[in-house]
Amino acid sequence: MITLVEKLGALARCVLEEMGRMVTFVLYALYTLVRNPGKPVHIIKQVHFIGAKSTFVIVLTSAFTGMVLGLQGYYTLAKFGSEGMLGSAVALSLIRELGPVLSALMVTGRAGSAITAEIGIKKITEQVDALETMALEPFKYLVSPKIVAAVIAVPLLCAIFDVVGIYGGYLVGVKLLGVNTGAYFHEMYKSVVWKDVYSGVIKSLSFGFLIAWICSYKGYYTDHGAEGVSRATTAAVVMASVCILVCDYFLTAVLL
Amino acid sequence: MPKRKYSVDFVVGIFVLLGLLCLAYLSIKLGKLEIIGSNMYPVYADFDSVSGLKNGASVEIAGVDVGRVTRISLDPKNTSVARVDMDIRPDVKLHDDVIASVRTRGIIGDKFIMLSPGGSDQVIPPGGQIRDTESSIDLEELVSKFIHGKV
Repeated sequence: MITLVEKLGALARCVLEEMGRMVTFVLYALYTLVRNPGKPVHIIKQVHFIGAKSTFVIVLTSAFTGMVLGLQGYYTLAKFGSEGMLGSAVALSLIRELGPVLSALMVTGRAGSAITAEIGIKKITEQVDALETMALEPFKYLVSPKIVAAVIAVPLLCAIFDVVGIYGGYLVGVKLLGVNTGAYFHEMYKSVVWKDVYSGVIKSLSFGFLIAWICSYKGYYTDHGAEGVSRATTAAVVMASVCILVCDYFLTAVLL
Repeated sequence: MPKRKYSVDFVVGIFVLLGLLCLAYLSIKLGKLEIIGSNMYPVYADFDSVSGLKNGASVEIAGVDVGRVTRISLDPKNTSVARVDMDIRPDVKLHDDVIASVRTRGIIGDKFIMLSPGGSDQVIPPGGQIRDTESSIDLEELVSKFIHGKV
């Protein structure tokens, strides 16, 4: 009985320690950023990696997401004889929820895992220690530019996702299923308001921050060996995805 | 090496431009965000009831969109009537005997404000009031009047 309680206590302490480490990690990264931002070229490289190289996969997934929304929405709305509302259904679900969440999940899978692996391998091959030995701050080169780049790139990717998805829905709804073009766009313009766009941007900003934070944290505190890095990468992707979905619920509850 | 650096910057530039364009489309075209100060002019009208009318609803003359509702509140002086603030396009001049009525698009559609232009010489100035109004038609009330034979 006592051992059971002891185990519970140890678990709670472990979780608490991990949370504390994560918070100090991100605070230190932000402190480094404020005190010594470094050259913009590091940030640009990271925007290229996280953002520009993810564009293709984002365009592909968003086109199909929009198309399937158009298809599903059409058959559901047709039951009520209001196919004209298709544009508004597609645009609102993309802008409010699917755009920010799906683009963040795609970025986690594509760039987040790579961030963890990169920092993890640099850690286990003692490159991070080498930087420290040379009195260069590892956070300035490895962590802070990634956080800034993710906060810049993810909202932009989300905007691309929304627009491509809307035209994907247009393709299926209007060209394939014969909804009126004017009705599709007019209903969309009428129902989407600035608050929807704004809350989507807030969401994807926070998701970008979360991805960079969790993935670089997991890489920085990786276990040793190739297995350690592989475990850290898996843990980073799982944790980032779960955090995005949980965070999405609470952000929606607050912003709505 | 310098050539490669240029190409990364270039790709990032294209990406950022594309993203900003999409963001601009979403917020200006869809979100109706006005970055450049709008040149619409405000007018207001008092209604007995605006049940169902929402912020951002359109204001129409003869079916043509000429503005939208910016605020719905109670009249500060007489809290039993609803005050609706609207922004009207500057090229549309409203005469002071215009009638504003709350109408429904279709049988369950959204509410909007229809303006029936008058023929007076006086033009309503920016910030002015539309005096003649018709409240929204309450479908339930109509049905109950019909059932109880008061029509």
